[in-house]
Amino acid sequence: MNARSRNGALNGGALNGGTWNGRAWNIAGLVTVGVVGLAAMIGLPLVLELSSLLDVTVYLILAILALSLALVWGYGGTLCFGQSAFFGLGAYAYAIAMFNIGESTIPFLLAIVLPAAFAALLGYFMFYGRISDVYLGVITLTVTLILFNAVNSTAGPEYQIGEARLGGFNGIPSIPPLNWPGMPDSALDLNDLFYVSIVLLMAVYFGLRWLLVSRFGRVIVAIRENEQRAGFLGYDARLYKLATFTLGGALAGLAGCLFANWGAFVSPTIFGLGQSAQIIIWVIVGGRGTLIGPVVGCIAIQWLTAFLGSAQLTKASLAQVVGPTVADALSSVMGFADLSNTSLILGAVLLAFVLLVPRGVMPSLLDLARFLVRRRPADALADKAERAT
Amino acid sequence: MSEGESVDLVLVLAIQVLFAMASLALISVGLAVIFGMMRVINLAHGEFLMLGGYSAIVANQHGVNLWIAMLVVAPLVVGAIGVVVERTLIRFLYGRMIDTMLATWGLSLFLIGLVTGIFGNTTVGISAPLGGMAIGNYRTSIYGLVVIAITAALLVAIYLVLRYTRLGLFARGTMQNPNMAAALGLSPPKVYAVTFGIGAALSGLAGALIAPISGVFPTIGIAYIAKAFITVIGGGAAILSGTISAAALFGAIQEVATYFTTPVFGVVITLAAAIVLIRLLPQGITGRFLKRWL
Repeated sequence: MNARSRNGALNGGALNGGTWNGRAWNIAGLVTVGVVGLAAMIGLPLVLELSSLLDVTVYLILAILALSLALVWGYGGTLCFGQSAFFGLGAYAYAIAMFNIGESTIPFLLAIVLPAAFAALLGYFMFYGRISDVYLGVITLTVTLILFNAVNSTAGPEYQIGEARLGGFNGIPSIPPLNWPGMPDSALDLNDLFYVSIVLLMAVYFGLRWLLVSRFGRVIVAIRENEQRAGFLGYDARLYKLATFTLGGALAGLAGCLFANWGAFVSPTIFGLGQSAQIIIWVIVGGRGTLIGPVVGCIAIQWLTAFLGSAQLTKASLAQVVGPTVADALSSVMGFADLSNTSLILGAVLLAFVLLVPRGVMPSLLDLARFLVRRRPADALADKAERAT
Repeated sequence: MSEGESVDLVLVLAIQVLFAMASLALISVGLAVIFGMMRVINLAHGEFLMLGGYSAIVANQHGVNLWIAMLVVAPLVVGAIGVVVERTLIRFLYGRMIDTMLATWGLSLFLIGLVTGIFGNTTVGISAPLGGMAIGNYRTSIYGLVVIAITAALLVAIYLVLRYTRLGLFARGTMQNPNMAAALGLSPPKVYAVTFGIGAALSGLAGALIAPISGVFPTIGIAYIAKAFITVIGGGAAILSGTISAAALFGAIQEVATYFTTPVFGVVITLAAAIVLIRLLPQGITGRFLKRWL
């Protein structure tokens, strides 16, 4: 992937041929996302039952988590294998603070600040230690495992922070919900949580879009493309990476706080490798170097795993879809594994994308759209005219 | 406590520490071969261990002698799987370390899913052979001593192969300078495929040897992957001296920490110590010391 095609998704500056230049693409994208978001916000509660709305809410919350890695990895170029560490810290920070305080303003803020502070500490340790990206992956992976092991073993009654018992592998049940700031008696119900989640998701999305066209965003992309050259131009790559990593930690913490609200429950599996793998899969499927890609990837993968988990696809039902011969072959290849086996599916998806579609779905689709738009006769003429002059 | 008893206690603790070091070296050496020679970070390493364990147990259930199942069948099966993986996945990704990591992680999830589908999400075990032996008032398992001995023999064998055979010469040459090796008529792809297969076979052997101690279940790899990685990366590029020095260091830390806290916090403290070590010595122990060793 060369620098130009990567940047194309961001500013489209290289494609100034026809009427559809970079700015128009940007505006079209922003308007589309805004309209779809607003339509979802208004329309979904009208057409969906509460249980389905609850399913959608968790997709939105996880999409915020996907955006946090989209920033850190897709734009910052730091592959963090432990984004779930910050997600889990946010959830645990919210739960523990909530049991001790009872009013959700401070727990909500803590759930953002604590993971951010942890990310800053870890980031300082890694970036200022000039640890290269592969080792960085191993360190973040190890940190996640440390948290998982440590929290998992806190089952005894002696592990208590104030009023909150950590509960070890059983997790913390019945976490009190968020309330409107300053009003401890007006807790958010599930409808409210949907609105809060979608508004926060859109705020994060547009906030990141704004950040990425700002000076800061240009610099972190420059550092991703060539750290040494950015350094020669006078930018301290370590500082910018640290800032990006910290912001990613804060966003993951925000998602964790909402997630703890959504299920009113948090357990150590939130730190697990499976969770970390999922976040990476969302981003790689959706596409590195875009923001909408990971959101789409997250929702698609979550929907897929939920669908496969619930549909109870058996060999018989599979046979109706793909025919008995293929179903026979599939089930013998998969060792009679049932298709709700998400590990198998996620692993296959990750392998397929790394090998076959390493750029992800959205960049490829955007390129296709650009290609189709540019091939319109008027644009081709304009191209020709421009080249002639 | 009489003098004789305290001597016994020291002896038992020494065996425990030695066993912790040996098992770390054992589970890491396959990864070290693959990482040291090919600069490939194989996140499916834990699943290779898991497959080794299953191969040994399944072979044993079908009437193969346990020792043959562990020492012959498991490495052969996992080595063959390794060669297939190298030919179908890894070779497309040389030089793209991050993509290799991601692809092998996908492979890891895929294998966990596949094995869960075949064997179910339960623990299968074989009882450790050879029983126990008494040291004063304490008892220790003879099998643990055998694992220590096999690990030592394995490390010596790897040294001899790398140092004194043509295969070892080819491997070291390709590792140092693939282009020069190719110019001298070697085929680096072939060397890589064989190396990956040997690394996988070592992982399979290790997985089979630890199976009687821990049992085998589909997600067992996760329990080992972090330990194996910190040992290899903490050790640095030199395959043997790196693995041995890091395994000795982390094994000692783990046992001492476990002795004073709990086994879980023993692991947690070891991992934290490893992160500090990587921060201080980003090139690993052999990046700073023992540079000219294998």
